[in-house]
Amino acid sequence: MAKYYTQEIPKTDRIPRLVAHLYAKMPEIESARARLITESYKATEDKPIIMRRALAFAHILDNIPIIIREGELVVGSSTIAPRGCQTYPEFSYKWLEAEFETVAERKADPFYIADQTKKELLAADAYWEGKTTSDLATALMTEETKKAIEHNIFTPGNYFYNGVGHVTVQYDKVLAMGYRGIIEEIEEELDRCNPGDGDYCTKSQFLKAAILSCEAVIRYARRYAQLAEKEAAACTDSARKQELLQIAANCARVPEHGAATFHEACQSFWFVQQLLQLESSGHSISPGRFDQYMYPYYKKDLEAGKLTRESAQELIDCIWVKLNDLNKCRDAASAEGFAGYSLFQNLIVGGQDKEGLDVTNDLSFMCITASKHVFLPQPSLSIRVWNKSPHDLLLKAADLTRTGIGLPAYYNDEVIIPSLLSRGLTLEDARDYNIIGCVEPQKAGKTEGWHDAAFYNMCRPLELVFSNGWDKGEKIGIETGAVEDMATFEEFYDAYKKQMDYNISLLVNADNAIDVAHATRCPLPYLSCMVDDCIKRGKSVQEGGAVYNFTGPQGFGIANMADSLYAIKKLVFDEKKVTLAEYKRALAMNYGQGFDAVSAGEIVTEILREMGRNGMAVDEAQVAGMIAAVMSAELPAEEKKRYEELRAMIDEVPKFGNDNEEVDMFARDVAYTYTRPLLNYRNPRGGQFQAGLYPVSANVPLGAQTGATPDGRLAHTPVADGVSPSAGKDVYGPTAAANSVSKLDHGIASNGTLFNQKFHPTALSGEKGLENFVALIRSYFDQKGSHMQFNVVDRETLLDAQAHPEKYAHLVVRVAGYSALFTTLSKSLQDDIIRRTEQGF
Amino acid sequence: MTTEYLQTKGRIFDIQRYSIHDGTGIRTICFLKGCVLRCKWCCNPESQEYGIQEMTVQGKTKIIGRDVTVAEVMETVEKDRPYYDRSGGGLTLSGGESLCQPEFARDLLRAARAVGIGTAMESMGCAKWEAIEGILPYLDHYLMDIKHMDSEKHKRFTGKGNELMLENAKKIAASGQTFLSIRVPVIPTFNDTPEEIRAIARFADALPGVEEIYLLPYHRLGQDKYAGLGRVYELPDILPPETEHMERLKREVENYTKLRCHIGG
Repeated sequence: MAKYYTQEIPKTDRIPRLVAHLYAKMPEIESARARLITESYKATEDKPIIMRRALAFAHILDNIPIIIREGELVVGSSTIAPRGCQTYPEFSYKWLEAEFETVAERKADPFYIADQTKKELLAADAYWEGKTTSDLATALMTEETKKAIEHNIFTPGNYFYNGVGHVTVQYDKVLAMGYRGIIEEIEEELDRCNPGDGDYCTKSQFLKAAILSCEAVIRYARRYAQLAEKEAAACTDSARKQELLQIAANCARVPEHGAATFHEACQSFWFVQQLLQLESSGHSISPGRFDQYMYPYYKKDLEAGKLTRESAQELIDCIWVKLNDLNKCRDAASAEGFAGYSLFQNLIVGGQDKEGLDVTNDLSFMCITASKHVFLPQPSLSIRVWNKSPHDLLLKAADLTRTGIGLPAYYNDEVIIPSLLSRGLTLEDARDYNIIGCVEPQKAGKTEGWHDAAFYNMCRPLELVFSNGWDKGEKIGIETGAVEDMATFEEFYDAYKKQMDYNISLLVNADNAIDVAHATRCPLPYLSCMVDDCIKRGKSVQEGGAVYNFTGPQGFGIANMADSLYAIKKLVFDEKKVTLAEYKRALAMNYGQGFDAVSAGEIVTEILREMGRNGMAVDEAQVAGMIAAVMSAELPAEEKKRYEELRAMIDEVPKFGNDNEEVDMFARDVAYTYTRPLLNYRNPRGGQFQAGLYPVSANVPLGAQTGATPDGRLAHTPVADGVSPSAGKDVYGPTAAANSVSKLDHGIASNGTLFNQKFHPTALSGEKGLENFVALIRSYFDQKGSHMQFNVVDRETLLDAQAHPEKYAHLVVRVAGYSALFTTLSKSLQDDIIRRTEQGF
Repeated sequence: MTTEYLQTKGRIFDIQRYSIHDGTGIRTICFLKGCVLRCKWCCNPESQEYGIQEMTVQGKTKIIGRDVTVAEVMETVEKDRPYYDRSGGGLTLSGGESLCQPEFARDLLRAARAVGIGTAMESMGCAKWEAIEGILPYLDHYLMDIKHMDSEKHKRFTGKGNELMLENAKKIAASGQTFLSIRVPVIPTFNDTPEEIRAIARFADALPGVEEIYLLPYHRLGQDKYAGLGRVYELPDILPPETEHMERLKREVENYTKLRCHIGG
């Protein structure tokens, strides 16, 4: 018998119905949670914070309205409206009140909000003035740190205003022993505590809070059991009636007890996933190795003849739909950075087990099939690749990639495992890693990784070198000397490193302030009872209860900085074609390109948004002044010409992404200016800082906060994405780009690196296309790249490129071995390509 | 071991990495400059002249053609070795017609072979047999273009009759030294009728060892280059063949021969 079943299992009619129901309306903001948590907090002011959290969680679960959606087999919804969201005033709330009138109208991720809801939220929010985590974090930061945030050197917004999330808990433990088992474990620990112990006061409170939380979850499931029974009694459709009775039976047993069937395991999994979100609002709460912890239940039922592959597939598909039912409303600026209502619930299949054996199984394939069936953004499906990954699994994954869904992402065990070892994980734990959110590896159920701790803009410290520490009329950096006086490249590079080091220390201060604020105001007893060693240590993950503790802020702009510093080295110091003084003025003048009204407006809007987020007010006169200042700058023709010459010279300097050894090695060194200093810092939970190199889609909004850079990039245009080369600068195709990227040190960036490649569908067409595509991934991974994901260009993209060529200057299309820049072709040739894109040859 | 062949010089106009439509796996194509034919549909018109030329590309003058040694080409070819290893790819020579520079072509293939990199060549076999004979020992895969069975029509559209090429095709097949595939550019108004394709397929089917044929649908992506070279594109009104038509030609081949037929490279 084959080790796993690889055939495509068909989709049932139920799945499109569930999806249609979920997406019938604009998602809605609801007020129940905000109301309930506020009620509870008001009644518990005399209690320790951990107990208040547990009591509030219980109060919410006992009273929040519940619903079973049409046709569901796995139930549990945090809102009555499909894809609705609750609010979390304990982290922050003012931004939402400010956006009450616009949140339904905005372009990125709109949410409907009823007038009654607004009233209820305002009433609840009033209690939270000065009591949020973001209030406390602000109070804990140094003035220099706040200044650096205000000037967009880095953005710790994610955890500054929200719950942390970014964790994978012990789903396996809940499936196996249920919360009843976990409560017993906690009670045993409680029995071992002695009132004379030094940590008794805090430990016993934490353990009792954890028990309260587990009990609340059990009661919540029972509410669902009762609701299902009630609906079954009223149901006239006998098939649905049976389904509802099964749901009732499942919810009466799990997650209180260990799961006895695959269906119960699915239901138990779902309550964990849903309620983690309801406890703390964080995103990137990641199911992790679903194909591993679900497998025993699947196998047992399949072998006993109690389950068919088709019904198992349907249950998995149902979970995939549910993962899109969870939602989160972000502030308008963040919504643009994370557009697509994404919760980054990363679910990974394949890879090796603790002992180093490949553990791909039926479910690994069925998870990929589920993404194809459901065809929605969640879960963020990932696949672990190593030397012994079955070829069939990679082909199956590639087949999903070529649908254009942008999934799965591919991860390289051969880089990630040694990287985690170097951060102190045991070999067994490192081999058992999964991915959190976008690209961040961790060992499930043992880690508080703070994986998405900030966006750090590597371009901004270079601007501070040119300005000697000044920005927008304020001194915000350290003084590294007048740039005009720097006599050697080493001196210049050294100044950059100093500005980097200084700002990295402020970044650490920001993250640590927020970290302390979460531990002080929002410890999470429910989440913590599913992460080792919280129970033994008697403290929450926020207070350092996890075995492994990290903080992982991500740097971006590697390619821009590598190209910039290399251009300066070549043009200023090696070839002496331009002086640093000249370069400085060229950057300030945006290479003489000026700003039109639209781009000036956009720039100022971006700045204002960011300022608004940091609580700064600007009056209209100031805004008008800003726009006028951006647009004025008319230069003498001679000066303008010189800048054009300079840009032409920069253009000739080799760029990262073209498999040029010298530039690539240079880029490697530049990446170290971020990844190395971070390793020297510790967080309040006793863990280490570790770098990631991945900006998600934030390279666009964050680029809008960055002036012109010495690589020829104009002010406020996007910076490079992840560790990918700058857009359009890699001209020798995907292998050359991948070779360049693989020359960075991915191992040291143990919080993950992100490499995005874009493909025209003909590159993946037919069996041969899939084989070559898999070979490309394998080869990049042979060279120790860490992560790869793909966008397949579709017909709509090409039509958009035809209409807006300026947005697609770098779009390469390939037809029958012939490749061309799409936007340089004439209209009729572009039409040919669009036609061929549909045909797939 | 002598490696003098690494110093052989030749003239190329491009090296394209990550080519996946010409031969097996992921390949690097080295385009040799100079061709004996002047196909009216040619998508690389800058390949035809052996002389180094200027071509206007998006308003800028670009020099087409450079003289390089085998070693210099191999330096680029080596960079994608991990991809060849994983995909069964390697080096492909294209043109122009590689056989216009027989020593250079031979030594490129030999150099690749010597370091364990697979070799392929796109060519219509329009050269003296001695030139081909010298190359075969180093060639894994010969991708041979056959454009038309009617020599007169062949001459009208390409500038030369087809006798020499068909003769060489038989000899290459008979040699058994390389894996031979036949490729047919399907050009409306020239060779896109079922009868014309069938005739080529029958010829290919009769060649010993030939198992597959590729029908390459005409595209006009090279059209803009003609103006860049100050030339006139002579087939401005031809549209690429429809998918249905390509499928029909494929069925035609499969009905009349035992060849495996693929649409596209």
